[in-house]
Amino acid sequence: MQDGKSSISKFIYTFIVVFIIWNAFTWPGKFTDIQLAEVLTGIFVSIVLALLTNKFFSSFGLKGILPIKILYFVQYLFVFLIALIKANYDVARRVILPSLPINPGIIEFKTNLKNDFAKMVLANSITLTPGTLTLDVIDDTFYVHWIDVTTEDAEQAFKEIAEPFEKILLKIYK
Amino acid sequence: MQIVLITVLSLMTLGLFFSFLRFIKGPTAADRTVALDTMSVIATAGLVLLGLMFDRYIYIDVALIYAVLGFIGVIVIARFIEKAL
Amino acid sequence: MEILKYIGYGLLIIGGIFLFLGALGIYRMPDLYNRLQAGTKASTIGAMSVILGVGFIQPDWLIKTLIIVVFIAVANPLSSHAIGRAAYKAGLKPIMKTKMDAYEKTQNIQETKEVKL
Repeated sequence: MQDGKSSISKFIYTFIVVFIIWNAFTWPGKFTDIQLAEVLTGIFVSIVLALLTNKFFSSFGLKGILPIKILYFVQYLFVFLIALIKANYDVARRVILPSLPINPGIIEFKTNLKNDFAKMVLANSITLTPGTLTLDVIDDTFYVHWIDVTTEDAEQAFKEIAEPFEKILLKIYK
Repeated sequence: MQIVLITVLSLMTLGLFFSFLRFIKGPTAADRTVALDTMSVIATAGLVLLGLMFDRYIYIDVALIYAVLGFIGVIVIARFIEKAL
Repeated sequence: MEILKYIGYGLLIIGGIFLFLGALGIYRMPDLYNRLQAGTKASTIGAMSVILGVGFIQPDWLIKTLIIVVFIAVANPLSSHAIGRAAYKAGLKPIMKTKMDAYEKTQNIQETKEVKL
């Protein structure tokens, strides 16, 4: 993270991301309706923002958009989507059944991730997958509210809740 | 196809009704905040759907701003609760 | 193009059902943390699928609806996490049968940290 060589690459990375976001926000609906003035303003705003915030915005610079990382990201999205569908089936079942089958508790486990953004992605994924809700992250320990506690052991809980996501995230954020 | 839109809108209205019940009943301020969060998410989806029904593109922008403002409001209330419930 | 439209209407119906179920869960669940569980997951997928369905029916609007979908997918878990943590720190205990509360022991450490800040 501290290898000062990549100031330029951080700037270009921030510029690309901010410019894409600008264009998505000002999208007029059809490709032919795009106006030149809007795109020029977008370039200007993106340059100013990238100059001001490139230190905080990215910790990898252009290495963050290597094709292999995008492939891993797509794989992550697939794993996440399957878990999301399972989660919603699970929630629907619990809500509809008249007996409300719940057995809640709060458990903890440790993660191997170092990058802050990766921890945020993992916490959000845990919240959206079956029966779990991240309450707090202190350093590398996650505190998770679990609607149906099946194990109280930290290792076992980590295997059940977070392992499939963390395996891919570790490949993206080495 | 109009019937599908009306069905979805009525389901959303029922959802708004149940979360409003929780908003009135909720024993603590945190419960009311959860109900408010759900209501604002339903309202965002409803704005987009109304945009489709009335064929107005501008409703999408309104929904986007509403989603951002609802999120910020919930975060602010949560920070407030953290110190004094 | 016709197929996209039918997919869009299907997504609309799925989304409406899940939005309703999320609100029902918020009404029925016994305590705040379980309400958060039901509310977050079901209403997130419900809103995402309704908005994406509108994007499929009107392909011109797809880009902007995708922005709202991504924003909801990122922001909704964050706000429920903030409410849950705030309620726990304000002293609202979750109901539980197993007495498994790993978070309790961290509260004192947090207190001193906040005083220092």
